Amino acid sequence: MTHVAASTQNTSQALLEIRGLHKQYGQLEVLKGVDLTMQRGNVVTLIGSSGSGKTTLLRCVNMLEEFQGGRILLEGESIGYHEVNGKRVRHSENVIARHRAMTGMAFQQFNLFPHLTALQNVTLGLLKVKKLHKDEAVVLAEKWLERVGLLARRDHFPGQLSGGQQQRVAIARAIAMKPSLMLFDEVTSALDPELVGEVLSVIKGLAEDGMTMLLVTHEMRFAFEVSDTIVFMNQGRIEEQGPPKDLFERPQSPRLAEFLKSTRF
Amino acid sequence: MYESPSWLHELWSAREALWSGFLTSVQCSILAILLGTLIGVVAGLVLTYGRFWARAPFRFYVDLIRGTPVFVLVLACFYMAPALGWQINAFQAGVLGLTLFCGSHVAEIVRGALQALPRGQMEASKAIGLTFYQALGYVLLPQAMRQMLPTWVNSSTEIVKASTLLSVIGVAELLLSTQQIIARTFMTLEFYLFAGFLFFIINYAIELLGRHIEKRVALP
Ligand SMILES: Nc1ncnc2c1ncn2[C@@H]1O[C@H](COP(=O)(O)OP(=O)(O)OP(=O)(O)O)[C@@H](O)[C@H]1O
Ligand SMILES: [Mg+2]
Repeated sequence: MTHVAASTQNTSQALLEIRGLHKQYGQLEVLKGVDLTMQRGNVVTLIGSSGSGKTTLLRCVNMLEEFQGGRILLEGESIGYHEVNGKRVRHSENVIARHRAMTGMAFQQFNLFPHLTALQNVTLGLLKVKKLHKDEAVVLAEKWLERVGLLARRDHFPGQLSGGQQQRVAIARAIAMKPSLMLFDEVTSALDPELVGEVLSVIKGLAEDGMTMLLVTHEMRFAFEVSDTIVFMNQGRIEEQGPPKDLFERPQSPRLAEFLKSTRF
Repeated sequence: MYESPSWLHELWSAREALWSGFLTSVQCSILAILLGTLIGVVAGLVLTYGRFWARAPFRFYVDLIRGTPVFVLVLACFYMAPALGWQINAFQAGVLGLTLFCGSHVAEIVRGALQALPRGQMEASKAIGLTFYQALGYVLLPQAMRQMLPTWVNSSTEIVKASTLLSVIGVAELLLSTQQIIARTFMTLEFYLFAGFLFFIINYAIELLGRHIEKRVALP
């Protein structure tokens, strides 16, 4: 690293810093004060029983959900809201769109655009958000499709791809935008068992490349292998967190112990 | 010896009146479909995504017009426009009525198609950083338009049929032209059947066009 780069970049700053996050749907409080810090290159996996707020937490990070209290800082920028004269104000839609482009998200249901080919799914954001030239966008998209093993399918429509292939294209679509943080929400839950492996190995590859990732998964063995930190959520709070080995082998919280017992490995 | 002229003979001598009636029918239908679709898309978007106060006037328009017979609508435009100090001729009043009718139907078609799209489409668009309007233009509308095409074609053929109502306000479209010819020749059945055939041709052409487009944009 050059001297200039080192001095201009605040290396002590966390990539993602969530402080006191509160979220409610009407009267229902879903996140009750969540604190979470991620460093660049970290892989953090959220586990916890159904309804504990894992999906909601991910969706707050890229403002697919509004939140009522607390702060989310991504690369030092306040996501969703900022203070004006001591009052909490929602960012303009354009700022929020720019913040969303800083994170990539892969969904349980893939959500590929069915009217676009695999290649076009990946280039859309590059062309319209990153404003890349067509040729550049195609080169980049092809690179990522190749990375997920689907370059040969570049001109196929989502309807012509298997679930596993669709999910890999969806991951390529998100990653090609060069997000500083990737969010994965149970990306293998909708897949037939024999297709889970191909998607997990793509994610594992990204982790090895140093991609910063926040995951939700029920694949405990995978979580164990890929994560730096496991976070156990329970009823809208983080109950326990730590390295996979500690968490899985010596759970402190009785609820975590119970959760692990009820989960297949 | 006198021989009554044959139908073909009468048809030939009425060709110009029929042709002009045919063109007028096609013209007012196409105008109403195009303008109505424009209004309908805007109204449908507001009804789907607008806030309450933006939605309210469009909701009123759509419900009011859809609850009114087209016949009444055409008469209302014809008689009310001048009363409101708006000088328009019968053709314009008729097209206005048909346009309002078409717009209200297209609005509901657009709203239905947009609301039927999976929520994940908008979310995935936002997740890659598209703005709302970009998501609409590149992701949602292209899918919604494919879905609404058959219903839209159906509405268009309804407009063509409704255009015959313009005859009551004196627009010399195909039906009125035909009636005038019948008044002269007394060949009632022949000319009504012929007019019916021409209307069928117009609508069949619209349906063929619709099917052609549908095939071209169909997704695998
Ligand atoms: N749109 C919504 N409106 C109201 N309540 C919601 C909504 N979405 C989620 N919830 C509630 O918020 C709570 C947390 O949901 P969330 O989806 O974050 O759980 P989760 O940990 O991801 O669960 P799962 O493992 O089943 O995916 C649940 O009680 C759920 O019922
Ligand atoms: Mg979930």
